[in-house]
Amino acid sequence: MPKLPPVKKPALPPGRRPGKPGPPKARIDRKAFASDQDVRWCPGCGDYAILASVQRLMPQLEVKRENVVFISGIGCSSRFPYYMNTYGMHSIHGRAPTMATGLKASRPDLDVWVVTGDGDALSIGGNHLIHVLRRNVNLQILLFNNQIYGLTKGQYSPTSEIGKVTKSSPFGSIAPPFNPLSLALGASASFVARTADRDTKHLIQILRRAHTHRGSAFIEIYQNCNIYNDGAFFEFTEKATKADRTIYLEHGKPMLFAKGTKGVRLDGFKPIVFDLDAGHFSVEDAIVYDENSLELSGIVSRMSQRPDMPCPFGVLFSEERPTYEQLLQEQIATVTAKRGPGDLDTLLHAADTWTIS
Amino acid sequence: MEDDSLNIVTETKSVKSLSEATVLFAGDSGDGMQLTGSQFTLATAFAQNDLATLPDFPAEIRAPAGTTYGVSGYQLHFGSINVRTPGDEVDLLVAMNPAALKVNLSRVRLGGAIILNVNAFKSHNLKLAGYGETNPLEDEELRKNYRVFDVELSRMTEEALKGFGLDKKVVDRSKNMFALGLTLWLYSRPLKPALDWLSHKFASRPELLNANLHVLKKGFHYGETTEDFIVQYRVSPAQLEPGIYRAIRGVESLALGLVAASHQSSLDLFYSSYPITPASELLHQLSRHKNFGIKTFQAEDEIAAIGATIGASFGGNLGVCATSGPGLTLKTEGIGLAVMMELPMVIINVQRGGPSTGLPTKTEQSDLLQAMYGRNGEAPLPILAASTPGDCFHAAYEACRVAVRHMTPVILLADGYVANGSEPWRIPSAKDLDDFPISFARKPNQAVDGKKTFLPYLRDEATLARPWAKPGTPELEHRLGGLEKQHETGEVSYDPENHEFMTDLRADKVMRVTRFVPPVEIYGDSEGDILIIGWGSTEGAIRTAIDRLRDLGLKAGAVQLRYIHPLPSDLGGVLGYFEHHLVPELNKGQMIRILRDRFLLPFVALNKMQGQPFKASEIVDAAAYQCKKHH
Repeated sequence: MPKLPPVKKPALPPGRRPGKPGPPKARIDRKAFASDQDVRWCPGCGDYAILASVQRLMPQLEVKRENVVFISGIGCSSRFPYYMNTYGMHSIHGRAPTMATGLKASRPDLDVWVVTGDGDALSIGGNHLIHVLRRNVNLQILLFNNQIYGLTKGQYSPTSEIGKVTKSSPFGSIAPPFNPLSLALGASASFVARTADRDTKHLIQILRRAHTHRGSAFIEIYQNCNIYNDGAFFEFTEKATKADRTIYLEHGKPMLFAKGTKGVRLDGFKPIVFDLDAGHFSVEDAIVYDENSLELSGIVSRMSQRPDMPCPFGVLFSEERPTYEQLLQEQIATVTAKRGPGDLDTLLHAADTWTIS
Repeated sequence: MEDDSLNIVTETKSVKSLSEATVLFAGDSGDGMQLTGSQFTLATAFAQNDLATLPDFPAEIRAPAGTTYGVSGYQLHFGSINVRTPGDEVDLLVAMNPAALKVNLSRVRLGGAIILNVNAFKSHNLKLAGYGETNPLEDEELRKNYRVFDVELSRMTEEALKGFGLDKKVVDRSKNMFALGLTLWLYSRPLKPALDWLSHKFASRPELLNANLHVLKKGFHYGETTEDFIVQYRVSPAQLEPGIYRAIRGVESLALGLVAASHQSSLDLFYSSYPITPASELLHQLSRHKNFGIKTFQAEDEIAAIGATIGASFGGNLGVCATSGPGLTLKTEGIGLAVMMELPMVIINVQRGGPSTGLPTKTEQSDLLQAMYGRNGEAPLPILAASTPGDCFHAAYEACRVAVRHMTPVILLADGYVANGSEPWRIPSAKDLDDFPISFARKPNQAVDGKKTFLPYLRDEATLARPWAKPGTPELEHRLGGLEKQHETGEVSYDPENHEFMTDLRADKVMRVTRFVPPVEIYGDSEGDILIIGWGSTEGAIRTAIDRLRDLGLKAGAVQLRYIHPLPSDLGGVLGYFEHHLVPELNKGQMIRILRDRFLLPFVALNKMQGQPFKASEIVDAAAYQCKKHH
């Protein structure tokens, strides 16, 4: 059997080709996006890498700093806005999507980012998360998933695995975890992706794509909590196991992993791993990934719950559809064109009136 | 249209002039009583009477027909005199079925009139209404105490619509138009508003339009021709202040006040709400006015509604949300955040009976202490109250001005009674409204170590308000949040002394509102025996009571508080001019606690918790008793 060419690296950002010069160096550097506040996360926390990546990405996005707003809820990750030298709001637990919706719907000119965690977004704020995705408000939602409550010192979270022993589950957690990607897809998100704190290159690449997307972009970021849940994602991020345990999705490319030695094929609706060297199946049998397919992204998102499957990373789903604020503006424009701009005195008199002299 | 046959006054009948009258339409939830009442209201406004209404309906949309708990009523008090309440006693009850009679008979004055739809007084309905085997139609006592008119409303409607080819259900549902026509005739009201309204409503359903017009006129003609009604009433126009008037409901008025605030301030209105009775109507009203650039947002829950309001306010909009009791509870944490971040917004609470789900369609004033103290930590904010349907406009406008001027969330308290009630309203002119100036921060406001900096919590000396800096403004990038703020810099601070300082500062800032509050206005005598202190929707009943108390020879005055927090600074002086102080409230005594706390006077409480507004007589009795007791 012929040897396959080595698997390509994850796709480069739009406009960049290997060997070609990158985008022109932005005039402002990452420091312009760092606030003067001391960062107060625990040393070794995965949040540092995410913060650095976002600060590095910002100057490349060519948005004015004053138009950028970071909004967060409560939790370790939600301290994020304090460290960005942009507009920001550190709001209340679980509610960041609501503030972001009110802001973006009324100020479509702003570039709004939501920073949240697994407890903030999926537990106390679950309702707001699904509704912001459904409405397709044009913003980016960065969900730092560390599968634990960090700020309250180590209780199991809605993404903790069954059996997890924590301070609040000394005999093991009995509640099954959410799969954030499947949840986002179920809530009609128009952009769903996954990346990890320890792969900053991929992280930046995904964030850039999310920013390009018009609509709610949901990005799950596996993030290591080195105090309460150290190594939760090491099998997906560390060299020894990463290749075998992860698969990086690329639109239009066959689903291969383990340095191109393994593939994923479909048996009915069920994805199955096959060995290219075994000779039974070839690269032709691998699923050609289609990020516009709601069906396929649903199936692939569920692979993360199966220990026999590699964990999917990259863009799972992307579709173009009108944003909430766009439809809101259009409705206002249509009604105004039809009736003319409102006149207060006319409105106050818009009823059966009578005069007393 | 046979307009010539619709002379308002029938020459062959004797016409009796009245200075005022109270009519109550009552029937099943599905009988269209609210519609009948509101159309009678429109005609009454058209006849230029002063008026006040009390729609009173069950929380169930279509409660089982014929039951007492399914009875829906609409009470209307109108007159050539100054009318401020929906009437203590009913002069005419229109009862569409036995349950409506059962529930409302006690409201009718002795000697008052009752029109009964006799066709509905059948054994099944009688049992449902709790009459058992007896039939009130045969009750001689009833006929001795009241003037009872037996009218075959259902049958005559059926006859009128024979040949219209409508199904039985539609025919039966039209009987309210017969009742409307008959009562319009009885009180010499014009038919035109109802005819116009029907023509508009059924423009695309000519068969229904014709049927309704026909039945309405049949009811009117029936009054003219039947010998049962020998007297027709006439109520002359009221002497109102000169101006252009319209009838207005409280919710409409609130909506218009918000539109006016947005218009005059040039701030975009962002209105966010989760459906809840009786506040939903405000969302309906505002979502119609898109050509004023108003953005309405139906949120996924109450918490999202306050969250979106906060987001919009942060973005430089006029953020407003409305809710009712349980919704205010859910918004508590969000309002606390707005207090901490010092962002302007208005939260309207259309109060209803509580606790919990309580009485969703009935009125109460029992959320005052929730508005005042219902947040974690020391979280003061200004609280205003709306006193009449027309006043809702001015209260909403003023609440927006206070919020923006002082950079604070403001709670505006209305209630089911004031929101659903109607009155004639002198339409203000946009140019006569109070100024609504706005200033956004444009550039850094401080030099720190020679570097221009923006301090988001630097204070205005007069108001102590912090600057409002919109995202999108260069050089003013700043972060807000729920953690305690360092004075001026707005940075996160856990410093003990700073926390105490900021707690005091936030309270002082709210107290500064008093500097902009006009002097207390006293209705009636400005000194004497008794001062009645009210707030919100009790104004009408209190002022009517003051008139009666003065007729009784007492020196009585009343203050209706627009500002509940902070209280007007001259209130203490006013209190000193009176011997007794009565505080009527539709709760167990909430305002009175705030007053006692502040003034240490022996205020006397008058409390009512029946889901109904005060009758003027209840206030008169309490006030007279209090004065008599001490003489």
